[in-house]
Parts: sequence; C-alpha cells; structure tokens
Amino acid sequence: MYNAKYIIPGILFFLALAFVPVIYNQGHVFEVKPELPKDQKECVLPTTEMRDKHMQLLNEWRNEAVRDGSRIFINAKGQKYVKSLTNTCMSCHPDKTKFCDRCHETVGVAPYCWDCHNLSPNQKSPIPPVASAAAGGH
Amino acid sequence: MAAFYSFLAVLALIVIPWLGVGMGMSALFGIALPYIAIIIFMVGFTMRIVDWAKSPVPFCIPTTGGQQKSLPWIKWSPWDNPVDKKGVFMRMVLEVLCFRSLFRNTSVKLQQDGPKVGYSSEKSLWLFSLIFHYCFLLILVRHLRFFLMPIPGAVGIAEFLDSILQIGLPVMYQSDALIMVGLLFLLARRVFDGKVRYITLMQDYFPLFLLLGIVLTGVWMRYVVKVDVIAVKELTMSIVTLRPHMPTAPIDPSVYAHLTLVCALFIYFPFSKLMHMGGIFLSPTRVLPNMSRRAQWVNPWNDPAVKAHSYEAYEDDFREKMIEAGLPVDKKA
Amino acid sequence: MAKYPPPEELIKINYSTPVKSWMDTKTPFKPGNFSYPGKPDILKYLGMPNPRVWSPTDDDWQLPPDWQRLVMEKFRSLLKKYRSFKVFMDICVRCGACADKCHFFIGGGDPKNMPVLRAELLRSIYRGEFSAAAKVLGKLAGARKLEEDVIKEWFLYFYQCTECRRCSLFCPYGIDTAEITMMARELLHEVGCNINWILEPAANCNRTGNHLGIQPHAYKDMMDFLCDDIEDITGKRIRPNVNKKGCEILFITPSGDIFADPGIYTYMGYLILFEHLGLDVTWSTYASEGGNFGLFTSDKMMKKINGKMYNEAKRLGVKWILGGECGHMWRVINQYMSTMNGPADFLETPVSPITGTKFDAASGTKMLHIAEFTADLIKNKKLNLDPSRNDNFISTFHDSCNPARGMGLLEEPRYIMKNVCRQFYEMPENTIREQTFCCGGGAGLNNEEFTETRLRGGLPRGNAVKYVRDRHGVNNLACICAIDRATLPPLCDYWAPGVGVSGVHELVGNAIILDGEKKRTTDLRQNPLPGMEDEEE
Repeated sequence: MYNAKYIIPGILFFLALAFVPVIYNQGHVFEVKPELPKDQKECVLPTTEMRDKHMQLLNEWRNEAVRDGSRIFINAKGQKYVKSLTNTCMSCHPDKTKFCDRCHETVGVAPYCWDCHNLSPNQKSPIPPVASAAAGGH
Repeated sequence: MAAFYSFLAVLALIVIPWLGVGMGMSALFGIALPYIAIIIFMVGFTMRIVDWAKSPVPFCIPTTGGQQKSLPWIKWSPWDNPVDKKGVFMRMVLEVLCFRSLFRNTSVKLQQDGPKVGYSSEKSLWLFSLIFHYCFLLILVRHLRFFLMPIPGAVGIAEFLDSILQIGLPVMYQSDALIMVGLLFLLARRVFDGKVRYITLMQDYFPLFLLLGIVLTGVWMRYVVKVDVIAVKELTMSIVTLRPHMPTAPIDPSVYAHLTLVCALFIYFPFSKLMHMGGIFLSPTRVLPNMSRRAQWVNPWNDPAVKAHSYEAYEDDFREKMIEAGLPVDKKA
Repeated sequence: MAKYPPPEELIKINYSTPVKSWMDTKTPFKPGNFSYPGKPDILKYLGMPNPRVWSPTDDDWQLPPDWQRLVMEKFRSLLKKYRSFKVFMDICVRCGACADKCHFFIGGGDPKNMPVLRAELLRSIYRGEFSAAAKVLGKLAGARKLEEDVIKEWFLYFYQCTECRRCSLFCPYGIDTAEITMMARELLHEVGCNINWILEPAANCNRTGNHLGIQPHAYKDMMDFLCDDIEDITGKRIRPNVNKKGCEILFITPSGDIFADPGIYTYMGYLILFEHLGLDVTWSTYASEGGNFGLFTSDKMMKKINGKMYNEAKRLGVKWILGGECGHMWRVINQYMSTMNGPADFLETPVSPITGTKFDAASGTKMLHIAEFTADLIKNKKLNLDPSRNDNFISTFHDSCNPARGMGLLEEPRYIMKNVCRQFYEMPENTIREQTFCCGGGAGLNNEEFTETRLRGGLPRGNAVKYVRDRHGVNNLACICAIDRATLPPLCDYWAPGVGVSGVHELVGNAIILDGEKKRTTDLRQNPLPGMEDEEE
C-alpha cells in the first residue's frame, strides 16, 4: 500500500464517524415516559391517534378557533371540548416538561406552540410570550 | 430499458419489505438488514480504498488549472496550481465543498453562419448537483436525531434552519423539497439530454431512483402517514447501542421500506460509481502538487535498467561524419 | 495534398446521438480518420511485439494467436502500476461535463470522441472482464467481452486523442483522458497495433538524437545555413557552440525547429538571443531533440529518449539545461523527467548569468524554460529591443496544451509577447490559458494521412483565430510548441486564411538589436520591415 500515512488516517476518520453514535450513546438507556394524568383515562381521541397526529389536530383547532370562531370540538363519541391548548389539553397535562417535552426532546422536535401560548391558564400576560427560558423554551 | 430496470429494482426494494413486514419479518428488515448493510458498507468502502492505494502513483501528474509559481513578479494561482500541501489542501477544499471544476463548465454552440463556435457558461449541472449533495448532507445530519440521545445542539440547529419557513405541520423541511429538485434535474438530463442519455448506463439510473425512493418514502412517513417517531427512535437506538430489539409499539411498514432502501444504498455504495466520494481524494490529477520540477518525485517501479542510447554508441555510429563536420568527438577515429 | 472536404462541408456537424447503443455502432476506417500503422522494421528495431505489414482497413489485423490473454495481462499489470488508471476506471459518474470539451468532438460530432465515451471503450472491457455483476448484466451495465472489433475501435479512437487534458480540467474528479489514452496505447502495443508517425520518430530519436533522423553533420550544416541567413539579415556572423564541453548551459529544443518553416525562424531567434547576451551555451547533436514521442508510446520509451538530456549535460559538464519552446517536451520535463532519470545532482539550480535570478521553479530538474529565462531578462531590462520591427504582425497567442495544463506556463510567454511586439490581442477566454484548445496534432497525430480529422479537431482553435482575425485584424498566431508550428499553418489556412504562425522567440529575434548589427531591412523571414518595402534589394 502506498501513501499509507495519508490514506489510513483518512479511512480511520471516516470509519470513526460511523461509530460516533455507538460511542456517544454509551451508558444511556433509551426510555421515554411522558407523565400521564392520574385522574383521566381518555383523551379527546384514541391514544394511538393522539400520539401520531396530535400536531395535526392542534393545528386544525387553532385555524378553526382563530379564523372561523368555531371553538367547540366534538369527537367520535359525541363528547364536547373547547378547542384550546392551554385550557383543554394542559388542564389534564399541566406540566409541559413532564409531558410534551418528554417526547419532543427525545426526537428533537421543537414545536412553536409556546411561542404564543401560555403554559397554564393562570398565567398573566399571554402575548407577547414570557421569556422563553422561563417558559421552558423549545 | 436501463432506466426501466433500475426503476423496477427500486420498486422491488420498496414492495418486498412492505410485504415482508406484513408477514412478520419486521426484525429481518428492521434489525438484521441494517447491521448487514453497515458492515458491508464499512468493509467494502475500506477495501475499495485499500485496493486503490495498493497501486502507486508513479508520476506527479496534476492537471494545472492556472499560472505556475515561477518568477516572483508573476502572479500565480496558488489554489489552481498548487506547489505544496497547503495549496493542495485548498484546491481539494474548493473541489469537494464547492465543486470547483464543475463550476468551470461551459457549453458549446455551433453557429453555421460564420461559422462561429461559441462557449457559454453552463452552471446548471454545478448548481443542481451542489443542491443535491448539500441537501443529502443536511438530511444525514438531521437524521442524527434518531441516533443520538440526548440530541446535540448542532442537530437542533440544522433542524431549525431546515424548517425555518414553518410551512405545514409537521413543518416541512426545505431540504426535502430541494433534494427532490436536485435529483429530478439529474434524472431529467439523463433522460432528455441526448448526449448524456447516450452515455448513461443502468448503474447511473439506479442510484438516482434509489435516492428518489428514499426521499419519497421519507416524505410519505413524515407528512402523510405520520409514523410513530418514538417507536422508530426506540428501534434505531436499540441498533446503535448494540442492544437490538423491536419496539413495543407497532411501526408503519413505510418505515421498513425507507430503511430497506437506505440499506440498499449502503450495500450498493462500495461497489459502484458512488465511490467517487472516496476516489476524489485519490485522484492524482487533483491531489498532487505541481512540484516535480522543484523536487524529486519517486516512482517505486522505476526501472534503472531502462537506459538511453548512450553517447558512446552514438559517436561510434557517426564518428567520421562528426569529425568531417568539425564537431568535437570524445574518441579519435 | 490529401483529399478532404472544404470548410463549408466540414462545418456541417451533427451533435445528435444515434438511437442505437454505442456498443452496437461500428465506425468504419476510411482515409482521413486514421494514421498509418507502424512499419515492421521500425517495430523490430524498437523490440516491439508483432511486427507485420497490415492496414486498419483490412478485415484481418493479424493479431497474435493469444492476443486476448496478452491484452488482459497487460491490463492487469497497468492497473497494478498506475493508481490513476484504477481510480479513473472506477469513479466516473458519467455526468457528461467533459462531453463537449474535446476538440475532436466539437469538430466532428462523433459521440465516441466525447472523453467519457472514449474512456468507456476501455471501461466496458474492465467491467466485462473484471466485475462479476457487470458480466451478468452485460450491455445494460456497460460491460462487454474483448473481441477483435474492440481492438479496432480502440485503435481508431485512442489514436484520435491528442492527450491535451482539456477534459481533465472540467472533470469534477479530474479524470484524465490523456492517462487513459496512454494506457490504451500500451495495451495496443501488446498486439502490435500502433502508428508509424509515433514509432519512427521514436526510433530515429533513439539512434540520431532527434525525431527527424538528422545526423550530426547534417544538423551542423542546417545550423550553418540558418547562421548564413542571420548574417544576411543582421550583418553579424554567429558561431554557435555545438557539443562543446565546459559551457555553463546546455540548450535543447525540438528538432522540428531546425528543419521546417516556420520553426526555423524561432531557431534563428534563439541564436540571436544567445549572441546578444554572449551566453556561455552549447547545443548538442546527441541530445538534439526536446520533444519526446516516447510519451505517446510507453513509459519505457519515454524514459529512454528523455535520458539523453541528463546524459549529455553530464558529459558536457554544464551547470544547467535550458529548454526551447515545445509543448509535450515540457510536460515530460515538468512531470516525468526527474522521476525517470533524476535526481540531477550533478547540475545546479539554474541561475541567469545575466540577471542573477535564481529559478527555484527548476530547482529539482535543473532545467529552465526559455520563456521563463527571456521574461526575466526583459523584466530586468537586459534586452535591447525594437518592438516596431514586429509591426507587420498583429499577434495573438496560442497556449499549447501541455505547458498550460501540465505545467501552468501562461504568463511568461505573454509578458514576452507584449514586450517584443506592439499589437497583441487575446483570443476568447474559453479558448486560451488553462482552457486552451489543441492544435489537433498532439500526441503524435500531426501526420499527413490524418489531416481531415486533424482539421476537424482544429475547428475550435481555428475558429477562435478567425474571431480575432475578423475583429482585430490578427495575422499572426504565436505559439511555444514545435508541433503547433507544424500543424497550425495548415489549420489557419483552412479555418482562418491569412493568419500565419510564428514562435515567440522568432518575434524576440526580430526585436533584438544586436551590438554592431547593420540596419535591418527585413525580418527573419526576409520580408521587408515596415517602411522598408522600397529598400528591398
């Protein structure tokens, strides 16, 4: 083999890149446990549907509530809910860091919900939002 | 025909895992195949480079793309005509990161009237291939969010920038759209440009279809079926932490199709033209400095037995004529 | 003259590609598209295999019985010897950036003259014989078997490449067709398929010291004859040293320049320059060739022919070597010489005895280009010049492929040009400097029988010349290559009539005012100088 002093480090560097995840993750246990509400068994839609498509639902809610003034959501079972992230969702899942962030941070998703929304119904000045650090950031 | 077969091959690579997972073979496509693919890729890639490295570079043959370094008052092109390692490094940086040579590309137009042969700058190949390669890189970096825990800030920044337009939900990545544009352009010129179509082989269509397949299944997963990413990450993390197991929550078959296509790319890579990724660093016309007039370049197989016809033999041949013409000779007749 | 169509016919070029795959398209051999094969006695003299009388138009090429084995064995050994070959076989992505960069493609439209396809002629065998997967997929994967037609195709197309490296500049991976052509020609040598125009000069050079086979006494005669002309023009008798020991410098230039118009005027230019400087320099008859047709034959032949330069420098005891204007000669000197026959420890880094400039660019080979030498002289105002003597010339400059893309000698000749003549215009930028176009006669293709194809290949250059002729009235194409001086005149006559060809040092010779010379009335071509038309004897 010729020019080994350049080529071997080159190959090793390249192969090392592939092992970065293996080394980086050493000692970490992959576990995702969002804290579920203790007093509620059912969400507005079935769990699997909520897990995969909650962002779509929230997006629809926002558009319908803000643009069309339609503020009531009726699910397949005929139950009625107010279309509100802060008032409806977060009344059962009050702690963003223990529920939303658990999954979002795991897969590196940074939704822009809290750019505008309050973290709890009691919060005072809704818009502009509180400093992002205090809000848990995203 | 070559394009059609390539297309069929990629289609098969989507359909097989899709059906296979339905028949309960998800561990095969989700765990076994990725391991096989990554091993073949790493071993194959290394073997290829080593195979190239086994052949020496007997002569210093850079293609010089600018003024040589000569007299101090003549402006030289240190990056297009480097004389040392530093210059070569810059030349390679420009080549690998900016596609310098492709940037020079021109297109010939022949005008019968005159006649006139004209050359116009032709940057579309440069632009679209650059778009494709950078999007590919960005997408690769973004995907680290499935392979690292916790996710490093840099990946988050890549993610943020790539979705900065905040279109749709889940937010659209610009790179997804751009890579499609890049790939479709590269495919279109193979189909519609007569010259390129004429030289295109099956192994040129196949990677394009394969990459298109990867992008399309990826887009399908994210924007259409909205697969359970937590379950996906459980699977990918189990693979990279070397504790493979199938996640408890079900994963949509499109994920397996996506994964299988990626594995196919990894397996195919070392045996194909995609090795240009490694080859560019071993291309003697680019990575060598123009130094062979300044210092000694050594050819390991230089044969000292090959000698010029000697002066003595030459003089023996022509001595009388040389003396007659008044030319000096070493040996008198 | 050979028969070939007029420019109006030749220009009707069709760049479209056939529907059928290139593997199913056969190009017939016809007068004008190939060079005559090597003569058996020349092959025997050089010790090359399979000497015989044959013609490319024959059905039976009389290949040796085990020719397939010979070719494949050579193929394998070349892959082991050259990384370039291996990498270039493997990494082409067929992006097509090179397609319209080749002068033979631009001027002929034959798709197999696209550099990528020229290389595929070889790659298809590489795949078909070395790759299992490609063997199964066959034509779809661009693989095929080595058959006699493949050898014929190789012979046609690898002797339609002038190794100019223009494609290599544009290739994103630097794939160099010159390198591939060299390999293909080595493969063809194994079965005795080669061209006489390369091998005869190589054989001549081996024995007589130059391609033209000029023997020492004849060389001296021709030199004297040129000195006579200089005396007629300047009134001064120059007595150059030949084969003299103990000089400071050995000067080597292509033999074409002592032999044929317009090279002889460049030769006279050198003589006048050296006389003007009183340079302690000698010429050599043993090393009377700067060019090296071995470059177009094989690494062995190249080394053998090149070896004479250092041999002679050592024998004569000079300090360093000065090299004349030549294209491929300088690729060999810059990229091969020291590796093959160096290191030249017995020589010193060239230092101009006139200006004291040390030329570090030549610190390894100890061989300096005359353009570097002269540019330094002019910069230091050591030449007594009268550029008005070149006022009959409106000049442009043709970069030769090899000094441009195998060395980077771009500014030095231009600097000289701008100082020795007052009217100088550049050709369009995509046709000069590193993007320069070949004259069509490089790599041993400047023979008579190949004229039609060469004129086609000369279209890009010829058309660029025509452009500056029409725009600026250019009537002189200056160059620094002996093959250029042989091939560009007919090319200009064909594509840009009215433009002549000169060497850069011919113009230097015209401009230099020798000490005690008589009032010149003519230039070195013995054409009247401007304002001297009436003083013609």
